[in-house]
Amino acid sequence: MNESIVKEIDMEISEKIKEFIIDNFLFGESNHFDENTNFFEKGILDSTGIIELVSFIEQTYNISVDDEELVTENFSNLNRITNYIHSKVHSKVT
Amino acid sequence: MCGIAGIFKNNNSQPDPILLNKMIHSIRHRGPDESGLYIDDRVGLAHARLSIIDLSEGIQPIHNEDKSLWIIFNGEVFNYPELREELIKLGHKFYTKTDTEVILHLFEEDGVDCLQKLNGQFAFAIWDVKKQTLFLARDRAGILTLFYSISNGSLIFASEIKALFADQSLSRNINYKALDQIFTFWTTLNDHTFFNGVFELPPAHFMIVTPENHKIVKYWNLEFPIEGDYSALNKKDLTEKIEQTLLDAVKIRLRSDVPVGSYLSGGLDSSGITSIIKNNFNNKLNSFGIRFEDEDFDEGSFQQEMVKFLKIDQSELYIKNEDVGNSLESVLWHTEKPILRTSPAPLFLLSSLVHNSGYKVVLTGEGADEIFGGYNIFKETKIRNFWSRYPESKMRPLLLCKLYPYIFKDKRLGNTLIEFFKSGIDDPGNPLFSHLVRWNNTSRIKNFFSENVKSTLQGYNAYSDLLNLLPQDFRKWDYFAKAQYLEIIIFMSNYLLSSQGDRMAMANSVEIRLPFLDHRLIELMSRVNPEYKLNGLNEKFILKEVLKSRLPASIISRPKNPYRAPIKRGLINADSELVERYLSESELKKTGLFDTKKVKLFLKKMLKFEKISEIDGMALIGLLSTQIIYDKFINNFNNDLNDLRQFDLIFDYRSNKTF
Repeated sequence: MNESIVKEIDMEISEKIKEFIIDNFLFGESNHFDENTNFFEKGILDSTGIIELVSFIEQTYNISVDDEELVTENFSNLNRITNYIHSKVHSKVT
Repeated sequence: MCGIAGIFKNNNSQPDPILLNKMIHSIRHRGPDESGLYIDDRVGLAHARLSIIDLSEGIQPIHNEDKSLWIIFNGEVFNYPELREELIKLGHKFYTKTDTEVILHLFEEDGVDCLQKLNGQFAFAIWDVKKQTLFLARDRAGILTLFYSISNGSLIFASEIKALFADQSLSRNINYKALDQIFTFWTTLNDHTFFNGVFELPPAHFMIVTPENHKIVKYWNLEFPIEGDYSALNKKDLTEKIEQTLLDAVKIRLRSDVPVGSYLSGGLDSSGITSIIKNNFNNKLNSFGIRFEDEDFDEGSFQQEMVKFLKIDQSELYIKNEDVGNSLESVLWHTEKPILRTSPAPLFLLSSLVHNSGYKVVLTGEGADEIFGGYNIFKETKIRNFWSRYPESKMRPLLLCKLYPYIFKDKRLGNTLIEFFKSGIDDPGNPLFSHLVRWNNTSRIKNFFSENVKSTLQGYNAYSDLLNLLPQDFRKWDYFAKAQYLEIIIFMSNYLLSSQGDRMAMANSVEIRLPFLDHRLIELMSRVNPEYKLNGLNEKFILKEVLKSRLPASIISRPKNPYRAPIKRGLINADSELVERYLSESELKKTGLFDTKKVKLFLKKMLKFEKISEIDGMALIGLLSTQIIYDKFINNFNNDLNDLRQFDLIFDYRSNKTF
């Protein structure tokens, strides 16, 4: 896939996740929040919150998150979530 | 119990008898039977009585032999017959058979040290005419409340805040620091209330007011030994000592001239108390219990088991989800502060059942979880403490599965919950280690504060306020004692005993009595090795040893089930318009406390998901209850003072008598 298209897709994923988090966990507040903000350290997501987020990701991208993958390494910030979704969608395609 | 209210004037004006009548009238639910007034040129004391002891003669205020001391008293002193006997030997003359008069003569004898001899739950005021000194005091655990406000050197005090607000010169506005504290700890700290300028006399404190000044003094300390320096009692002796003290604590709490019932939830503590009453003291006991329509909260099967086992009469109150929302405004009129749980509502409705059944007094099992170590937070602390010694361990955190088996059944939730509890384990020496993870989580709901509230609170840190309240030796106590102390001084005194205790019971003229909070038991249990409280992960270990011969094995072995009530289903349902009424954009703008856009998005989310997270549940009831309190106490304050009743008894010593 063309590198610029990949970048564009990643950007779209990132924006969509960001919007979901801002709407459902920060209730509109987007200050002090970038790709590397740690959701757990900043108290943005808790254990139930991550489940809500995963359900959203599964529904939106038609993927299934394995229990073993449900670790903070994959979901601690926007970049990691984007990479995770990217790899899951990519592996599905290939 | 009763209601008290008073004024101490420190300027040329006299106390206003009409205001005293309004004050006491606004809390007549605390004492609907009789009312009385003492008034002179400096002080006014008003009393609303719930007659429990010496029904015919106990009307207050009560005086000593030469009428130089006057008392208004709310509560009970359970060891009054023994104290009375001693005082009679010392030559004191009594004109009633009440515990109230005993306190007065004991004060005459011992001064403020009289408090050391009282075993009970109380808030009272004694006016010393000769010394022109007012003495206010509150019980050790803080079962009863006492609020006050001081302006221009004059003091006004009462059992409830609404009585203070009968004084229209008192400004009514929200204490933002208290809001911050509630949205962190579930309740206010120490002497704070939700309103600026209104204070609470902390538990185990007294206040001396003179024309020159006032001072507040702590007369009893909740203390734990330095780690390792525990009581030498072995298990057998400790079990016997607890049983003996508990039996006496129950026995003296059954002293009453009216019938006494009990609350029975089906848990260990209330089952234990009910069993002791039934088998040792009162064979014809009536108990009261709550059932829930929502099975997630219902403990009916355990209640039924106990009723069958003890062969007692149990009156049940069946709570439907909508009852929670429908009673919320009344509940908040009595809590007088926002809440982050809906659990007070069923207790408010239960006391109504008790009242309508002809009972004025019930014994309850409250306090056992704090004193004997029943809560999951103690287990969490033990596990996290153990985990902190080897933070990389994959095995140690798995012990948490034992605490929350229902959550860990879902492997997804389990993984993330472990991450949640991991927070802070790199800092086990932090004095707030046990509670910080939960308080930090609760604090997330402060995200809803408006910019105005946030900027007013800029630089305020509720944890610093709390750290200043900790005793000097706190850091030398073991992990369990630290957690117990925090749980007792914050959650128990200011939330459990208040918003779920006295306030919900007295709203319907019912007095609760709490044997587990007898100070002899508190002192005994504070000295023992924590292994007697939490043995491995077996909570309330020694209490189970004490009660095992009195209860079915299934009640002894059942895991601790926290008492809770539905939040979302209780507040958002076809029957309730609370959200529309109090969380609309216009209402939110009126209070200015919360960010309207965020609340709008939050409510959208509430409607989207069937099940909501813990934190969203706290946000929902927190936002709603704050808005309702603002409406009831600030915007539309109305304490129904149109129909003032005359006092049944008046002692008027003013030089210029006008009503």
